[in-house]
Amino acid sequence: MIVERTAPAEEMFQVIHANFGSTVGDLTVAEPRMTARNVNVHYADKHAIIDVSLDIGCHEVIALIGPSGCGKSTFLRCLNRMNDTIESCRVSGEIRLDGQDIYDKNLDVVPLRARVGMVFQKPNPFPKSIYDNVAYGPRIHGLAESQTALDEMVEDSLRRAGLWDEVKDRLQQPGTGLSGGQQQRLCIARTIAVSPEVILMDEPCSALDPIATAKIEELIDELRQNFTIAIVTHSMQQAARVSQRTGYFHLGRLIEVGKTDEIFTNPQHKLTEDYITGRFG
Amino acid sequence: MGTENVPTNLHIDNFIMQSTTLILILLVLMAVAFQLGCRRAYNLPGLGCICDLHSLPVYHGFYTAIWCGVPALLLLGVWSSVQTPIVINLLMDDLPVMMTAGLSQAELSLVLNDIRNLAYGNITSGEVSRELMAVADHYNQLQQTGLAVQSVMVILLALITTALGWRFISPELRARNKVESVLRWLLLISSTIAILCTLGIIFAVLFESVRFFEMVPLTDFLFGLQWSPQIAIRADQVGSSGAFGAIPLFAGTLLISFIAMLVAVPVGLMAAIYLSEYASQRLRTYAKPLLEILAGIPTVVYGFFAALIVAPMIRDSAAQFGVDASSESALAAGLVMGIMLIPFISSLSDDVINAVPQALRDASYALGATRSETIRQVVIPAALPGIVGGVLLAASRAIGETMIVVMAAGLSANLTANPLDSVTTVTVQIVTLLVGDQEFDSPKTLAAFALGLLLFLVTLVLNVIALRVVRKYREVYE
Amino acid sequence: MADRPITTLDKVNASLARRYAKERRFRRAGLMAIATGLLFVLLLFTSIISNGYSAFWQTHVKLDITFNAEQLGIGDARDFETLSSADYAALIRTSLKKIFPEVRDRKERRKLYKMISTGAPLLLREILISDPTLVGSHHAIWLPADDDIDMLVKGQIDRTQPEDARRLNNQVIGWVDRLTENGVVEQQFNTTFFTAGDSREPELAGIGGAITGSLYALLVTLLLAFPIGVATAIYLEEFAPKNRWTDLIEININNLAAVPSIVFGLLGLALFINIVGLPRSAPLVGGLVLTLMTLPTIIIASRAALKSVPPSIREAAMGIGASKMQTVFHHVLPQALPGMLTGTIIGMAQALGETAPLLMIGMVAFVVDIPGGPLDPSTALPVQIFLWADSPERAFVERTSAAIMVLLAFLISMNLLAVLLRKKFERRW
Repeated sequence: MIVERTAPAEEMFQVIHANFGSTVGDLTVAEPRMTARNVNVHYADKHAIIDVSLDIGCHEVIALIGPSGCGKSTFLRCLNRMNDTIESCRVSGEIRLDGQDIYDKNLDVVPLRARVGMVFQKPNPFPKSIYDNVAYGPRIHGLAESQTALDEMVEDSLRRAGLWDEVKDRLQQPGTGLSGGQQQRLCIARTIAVSPEVILMDEPCSALDPIATAKIEELIDELRQNFTIAIVTHSMQQAARVSQRTGYFHLGRLIEVGKTDEIFTNPQHKLTEDYITGRFG
Repeated sequence: MGTENVPTNLHIDNFIMQSTTLILILLVLMAVAFQLGCRRAYNLPGLGCICDLHSLPVYHGFYTAIWCGVPALLLLGVWSSVQTPIVINLLMDDLPVMMTAGLSQAELSLVLNDIRNLAYGNITSGEVSRELMAVADHYNQLQQTGLAVQSVMVILLALITTALGWRFISPELRARNKVESVLRWLLLISSTIAILCTLGIIFAVLFESVRFFEMVPLTDFLFGLQWSPQIAIRADQVGSSGAFGAIPLFAGTLLISFIAMLVAVPVGLMAAIYLSEYASQRLRTYAKPLLEILAGIPTVVYGFFAALIVAPMIRDSAAQFGVDASSESALAAGLVMGIMLIPFISSLSDDVINAVPQALRDASYALGATRSETIRQVVIPAALPGIVGGVLLAASRAIGETMIVVMAAGLSANLTANPLDSVTTVTVQIVTLLVGDQEFDSPKTLAAFALGLLLFLVTLVLNVIALRVVRKYREVYE
Repeated sequence: MADRPITTLDKVNASLARRYAKERRFRRAGLMAIATGLLFVLLLFTSIISNGYSAFWQTHVKLDITFNAEQLGIGDARDFETLSSADYAALIRTSLKKIFPEVRDRKERRKLYKMISTGAPLLLREILISDPTLVGSHHAIWLPADDDIDMLVKGQIDRTQPEDARRLNNQVIGWVDRLTENGVVEQQFNTTFFTAGDSREPELAGIGGAITGSLYALLVTLLLAFPIGVATAIYLEEFAPKNRWTDLIEININNLAAVPSIVFGLLGLALFINIVGLPRSAPLVGGLVLTLMTLPTIIIASRAALKSVPPSIREAAMGIGASKMQTVFHHVLPQALPGMLTGTIIGMAQALGETAPLLMIGMVAFVVDIPGGPLDPSTALPVQIFLWADSPERAFVERTSAAIMVLLAFLISMNLLAVLLRKKFERRW
C-alpha cells in the first residue's frame, strides 16, 4: 500500500529537486542564515544522515520532527560541528553559515560555536553557581571588558531567558539546585550570553513538565526577534506552536519541508502524513 | 640476627604437627561418614524409591559428614587453646615448696619461664638446678600426655557423633535444609573475619600502646620535640628513659609525603587528563598499562632504586650547585614515593574524570570553549570531589609507606623542613624498634606499637573521609 | 571598515590566538606528564637490568686438583665422617702454588688463595663424597672465584684508579690477567644464585632459600585467603540482609584494603607470635599476615565477579525449584569463578611483593639453610632483596638487582596470567 502511493510522489519531486535528494517541498528560503547541501553522516558503518539539504532562514524558527533515531538530532549537531567530539563520526557535504563553509579545513570551531549555540535535551548546567554558569561563555571568549560589563551581560541574558526575577537573589547558589524548567532556561541564558546568531535546540522540553514547557516555548517565540532557531522536537504540537517552518525526517532522510501550517494541514508525502496523523512515531 | 638466635619452639611445633595430623585423619573420617550417610539413605528400610526421601542421598552424606567433623574440630580447637594454661596450673600446684616459697608473682613467672625454656631445650637465665630440671621434665611429660589424650578424645568424639548422625537419617529428615543452614553459618563466620581483623589490629596495638603510655605520658609522646629511644642503655645514665617525643617523626613523615604528593598529584592528574581527553586510542592502549606497571612494582624495589640511583644523583647534583645534601635526603625518598603514587593517582582520577557526564562537556563545547578550557573549568571542577578523595587515599598511602623510607630515608630524627636533609618517619622508627631484639617490657619496643596506633588512626581517618567523598561523588553521577 | 561597530565575533577572534596558545601549553603539559611517567618506568627497568644482568653469570677458575690423601689428611679412611672433615682448601692451595711458584711471601700467598671462593673447598668435598674412589686421581675442575675477582673480570673494578683506592692491588690483577691468558678464567651460568640460601660471601649467596620461604608463605595465604574471601563475598553478595551490620562489614573491608601494610605486621607480631605463640621467622606466620592483607582484594574482586552474573540466571534456577544455596553453588559460582581467580592471582602478586609486615614478624633473619617446611625459619624474596640492598659490596648490588629481576619476572607472569584468564573467560551478557 505504502509503496503504491509513495512511488509517484517521489518520482515527481525527484524531477523538481534532482540536485537535492528526494525532499518534498521547498527547502530554500529567500534570506538564508545557514545552508546545508547533500549532507551525509556516517557513524562507523552506520549511515545516519542521507543526502540532506536544507536552508535555515534569518530570524525564523525551524522545527525538525520525526520518529526516534531518524537523524534529526544528528543533523542538528552537524550545524555547529558538535559531532566532532564523537570519534567514529564522519560528515560529508556542505554546510554554510552566512556563505562560509563551516566544514572548511581552515575554519576554527571555537568562533563557529560562539556563533551557533546549542541547548541540549537534558538540562546540563555546570556544577557552578548560577552566575558562573551564565558568565562562563563571556569569560572564555573575553567578551566583557570589566566586571560591571560582565554583570550586565549576565543580567541581560537571564532577563532574556525569563529567569532573572526567579534567581536574582540567589545568583551565587549552584545552578544544579534549580528546578528542571529553570535549569533549562539557565542553559538557554548561558547560550545567549555569547550572543550567537543561531541557536540549536535539541528537544529542549523533553525532560520538562507542561508548565515549564510552556514557558520555554514562550521564550523561543521571543528569542526569534534576535536569533535564528532550529529546534528538534518530538512533539508535533510544539512544532506547530513555535515554528514557522518544519522539516520531517525519516530514517536519515529529510522527507518533506515547508511552512509549518502547510505541513500540518496538508502534508504532501505519505510518510509525513502517516506521522502527523499518528500512525507511527 | 643469625639462625641460632631464632628460638626453635619445639612445643608449638609438636602442637601444630599433631593438629595437622588430626585434621587430616578427621578429613578421612568425614569422607567415610559421607559414604555411610549416602548408603544409609539409599538403603533405608521400607524405602520404595529415592523420591520418597525429603532430600537427596548426597545431602544425607553431607549431613553425616558434618556430624562427624564439626564437633570433633571444635573440641580440637578448644583443647589446643586450654591445654597449656591447664598444664601450667597443674605444674604450679606440684612445684616443690622450696622453689615457690616467698616468691612474688613476677619472680614466679620468671621461674616458670625458665622451666618452659628448659623444657624446649633453650638456654635459661640462671643456673640449672636439679629440681628445676625435674620440673621441666614433668612439664614436658604433662604436655605429651595432654596431646595423647587429646588425639584419643577427638577421634572418639568423631566416631560417636558420626554414629549419632547416621542414626538420625530417615526419609523425613530435612537433610538438605540442615546442611544448607550449616553452610550458611560458615559463610557468615567467614564474613566476620574482616571485622575480627580490624578489631584484632585495634586491640593488639591499643593494648601495647596503653602499656607504653603508662611509662611515657601521652603528652610527652604527642608534643615532645626530642626522639631518641636508643639512649636507654643503662638505668643510671642521663636520659636513660630515652626521649619519646614524636613531633620530629610526624614532621619527617609529612615532609616526605608532601614531596611525594608534589610529584604524584600533578604528574598523575595531568597524565589521567591527557589519556582520557586527548590521547588517541593507540596511545591509550600502550601508555596506560605501561604506567600501571609502576603500580605493580613492589615497594622494596622502589626503596632500592631510591637508595642506589636517586639519592646519589641528588647528592651529586646538589654538590654541583655547592649545596650540601645528605645521602639519605628526604627529597630522594619523597621523589621515589611520588613515582610510586603516579599510577595510583592517575587511575583514580581517570575513573572520576570518565564519570563526568558527556553532557557537561558538550555544553561547554557548544559555547565555543576549547578543550583545555572545558577540562579546566568544567570537567575538573565537576570531578573535584572524586579527585580529592583519590588524593587523600594517596596521602594515606604515602604516610603508611614503609620500605621506601626504611631504605632511602635516615634514622636521625631531625626537625627540619629542608628536603636535602635527612629525616626519619613513623614507619622507619616502627621497623627500627621492632627488628632485632624485642623486649615487651621496655618502652623502646612498646613505642613501636604507640606509633603503630597513631599511624592506624591517621590513615583510618583519611581513608574513611576519602571513601565517603568518593562514594558521594559516584552517587551524584549515577 | 574602521567605523564598523565591534561585534561579538570580533571580540572572540581577538582572543583566539591567546586561547590557542594556552590550549597548546596545556596539551604539552599532559604529554609531558605521560612522558615523565614512562621515563620513570624506563629508568627503573634499565637501571635494574643494567645493574643486575651480570649476576646470572659467575666467574670460575679452572684449577688442576689432585685429590691427594696426604694433603687431605684422611689417610686410608674413606668413610663419610673423615671425608667430611678433610682439608680440601689444601688441595686448592697446592694447585695455586703450582701456577704461581714465584709467590713466596706469606702475606702475598694469602692474597693468592683468597682469589678462589671460600665455598670452593665445599664443592670439592661434595665431589669426593659422591665418589670416594677419586682419591689420588687428578682432575681439572672449574671453581668459583672470589667476588672481588668476579667484579674485576666483569669490568666493575676500575683499573685506572690509583691502587689504594681499589679493592684489588696491581699484583692480584696481574695474577688474574695471567690466568685469563692461560684460558682458565671463564664466566659460567650462576646456578648457585638460584639454588643456594643466603651467605656472607656474594659468590655463594642465592635466592633459593628466599624463594622457598615465599612459596610456603604464599601457599598458606592461598589456602586460607581464597576460601575465606570467596565465602565472604558469597555471603555479602547473595545472602546477607541489607542492614547496619553488613554495612559495617563493607566499610570495614574497604578500609582494610587501605590500612598500611606495616600495621598488619604489628598485628601479626602481637597476635600470632606473642599471644598464640607461633614461632618467629616462620613462613606460616608470614602467610597468616599476608592472608589478612590480601583478603580485602580477593573479597572485592569476588563480589564484583558475583555482581556481574545477571539476575536472570538466579531467577531461572529459583524458578525450577532450586534452593538459594543450590542456585548459588550450581549456577552463580561457576560463572563468577574466573573473575574470582583473577582477583586471587592479583592478590597473590601483591602478597609476593610485600615486605614491611614480614620484617615485623622476624622473617628478616640471616638464613643459610633452605627451609624444609612452613615452620622453619626463613626469609622471603622481597626481604632478601631488602637484606642484600644493605650490603656495601658491589657484588651484592649486582645480586640485589638480579633478585629484583626474578621477583619482577614472577609478578609480571602472575599479572599476565590474570589478564589472560580474564580475556579467556570474559563474557558479555
